[in-house]
Amino acid sequence: MTSNPTASFSLSRRHLLGIEGLSAEEITGLLDLAEEFVTLNRQVEKKRATLRGRTQINLFFEASTRTQSSFELAGKRLGADVMNMSIGNSSVKKGETLIDTAATLNAMHPDMLIVRHSASGAVELLARKVDCAVVNAGDGAHEHPTQALLDALTIRRNKGRIEGLTVAICGDILHSRVARSNILLLHTMGARVRVIGPSTLLPKEIERFGVDVYRDMRAGLEDVDIVMMLRLQRERMSGSFVPSVKEYFHYWGLDEAKLRLAKPDALVMHPGPMNRGVEIDSAVADGAQSLIREQVEMGVAVRMAVLDALSRNLPNA
Amino acid sequence: MRDDRPILLARGRVLDPSRDLDRPADVLVADGVVKDIAANLGNTGLPDGTEIVDCSGLMVVPGLVDMRAFIGEPGAEHRETLASASQAAAAGGVTTIVCQPDTDPVIDDPAIVDFVKRRARDTAIVHVHPMAALTKGLEGREMTQIGLLASAGAVAFTDAAHSIASAQVLRRALTYGRDFDALIVHHTEDATLTGSGVMNEGELASRLGLGGTPKAAETIVFERDVRLAAITGGRYHAASLTCPESLDVLRRAKDEGHAVTASASINHLCLNERDVVGYRTFFKVAPPLRSEPDREVLVRALAEGLIDVVVSDHNPQDVEVKRLPFSEAAFGAIGLETMLAAGLRLVGSGTVSLMTLIRAMSTRPAQLLGLDAGTLRPGAVADIAVIAPDEAWVLDAALLKSRCRNTPFDEARFEGRVVRTLVAGRTVYEYV
Repeated sequence: MTSNPTASFSLSRRHLLGIEGLSAEEITGLLDLAEEFVTLNRQVEKKRATLRGRTQINLFFEASTRTQSSFELAGKRLGADVMNMSIGNSSVKKGETLIDTAATLNAMHPDMLIVRHSASGAVELLARKVDCAVVNAGDGAHEHPTQALLDALTIRRNKGRIEGLTVAICGDILHSRVARSNILLLHTMGARVRVIGPSTLLPKEIERFGVDVYRDMRAGLEDVDIVMMLRLQRERMSGSFVPSVKEYFHYWGLDEAKLRLAKPDALVMHPGPMNRGVEIDSAVADGAQSLIREQVEMGVAVRMAVLDALSRNLPNA
Repeated sequence: MRDDRPILLARGRVLDPSRDLDRPADVLVADGVVKDIAANLGNTGLPDGTEIVDCSGLMVVPGLVDMRAFIGEPGAEHRETLASASQAAAAGGVTTIVCQPDTDPVIDDPAIVDFVKRRARDTAIVHVHPMAALTKGLEGREMTQIGLLASAGAVAFTDAAHSIASAQVLRRALTYGRDFDALIVHHTEDATLTGSGVMNEGELASRLGLGGTPKAAETIVFERDVRLAAITGGRYHAASLTCPESLDVLRRAKDEGHAVTASASINHLCLNERDVVGYRTFFKVAPPLRSEPDREVLVRALAEGLIDVVVSDHNPQDVEVKRLPFSEAAFGAIGLETMLAAGLRLVGSGTVSLMTLIRAMSTRPAQLLGLDAGTLRPGAVADIAVIAPDEAWVLDAALLKSRCRNTPFDEARFEGRVVRTLVAGRTVYEYV
């Protein structure tokens, strides 16, 4: 492996707090590195010793199953000691307590902190108070960089490229950190991004992000290469942001009829967990054009790549 | 038996605000549409069996479109049915009724929109289009299925006589509604300021010992709504403005280019707070009748086109809820049958042109609601009112076709009345 260029790749930063600020070269480097781990993860022997002796703490202030287990697996396969800390938001008062938690954990000398928090900016705040590397596993409606990276890897493996593709991100853009990270990444990599959803679920002045905005899903899906669906939280479905599940699915749910408006070889993605019959029809979610399972596989590989790359900047690396 | 013969409305003064047309002409109606408008059509080849109606000295105008009428069906058929309301409408030259969603059950579900449309098709003699509720159960909390309701046939969205207290709810509804080009109609009244008010706040209310409703209760909400319309780009319509302060806000909103329009009710254009003296509950309406100077400003706003639409605000109430002490009586007055005659008073006094009046009662509401109405353009559905402009008469409430008699115009003297009403080319009312 020493001849491989990925071995010398490194990120010019201590933390991965967002896609914002990553160059196309850095993103490509991370994806190339992740490709190696895809291969590794499909072998019987999946372990590396890259992070041996290192301590990784998964600090989740917001409940998560797939992201947390994905990071846990990624750390363990690289040989780190992984500890999971799930702190329900209800038991934590934000602000001061977050910083107290950071200081406490810092005293235990971890090497990596993987942090998810319901408040935008909370991960960055915590990162300023610790000496180790911090990976943002999702902060409020701000960023979720590893999700965007795993989506990019999935797209690149299936389409051979990202540049020049048209990607439609559909649904609850307003509350979505996945949408924000993906818009940043896809733009950096030269894709054209559309956002589709009812106006109540689109952030103010979203067009200033450089995306094409569609309220009508049928128009928005025309000629797209990738349809990226977002989860709609249950409490937003019954009159506050959209009137009902029935109406939402009718106009903005992805079913086979709407999918036919996209390119014939269009592929469907969803960060999970899905609400079948709300934003996506089962026939589409489980259909031939769906990459949803593959996204989960890519998630572990991308997180291994991120941990590996960040560890190269750690002291004594 | 249905009479589908062609009709020639001959030698009338034809007035069509959709084309700023005002001249003597013959109007030929056949196959449910306006076929032709020209002078001396009667001399050319008319279709076989054409009924020729002499309209000399009469006016031929597009049938009225009433954007705000309460009908008790479903749930309060003792007050009004679609059938009885449509009879009243036809007698008043109203060819399209837009009914309000505060029925029982509330029109907040596509199935109820469908029910009302089917009932109207089977029992009503004029066109009826429902407005749907803007929030579920008119509770002001969760928006209704605006997309599905619109595709079922709801022409606009409103919480009827309820004002939405939450700015956030109204903002989201305007934002969401814009995706469907929905018209949001809002009753502008701050419930906390209105409190137990039953008439206009001021000296008269103080003398009568009645609770007053301040004009600010209307203007505060309307001003807020204009800001919400501005940030959302949604199409907003004030259901019934009454005070000069609100009109200033409306003027500014229009100058700034926001999609804001407004109605005034015929009651507020023709009556004032002094009419309630004697505790006459038939003059108890919401918002309340204002002072005479306020009324004059409202009429001027109509004359200059600032007020887009005149509505009847038809609200039938039976004697059980009206023959009560003023403060306990129900709000509301009927108006479908008298809206035009009352409006002609403003024309007669020289303050409003007939063109402006018919535009506000027909062409403009049809445009706002996206209806094929309010015009006599050849090819348009032949919804037509024929008016005898000089006919003097006195209203006898006992002869009204509405199921309720709560008219504020009983024994009123009018000049000008509807003598014939056509809906889709068929005569549905004739004054004999």
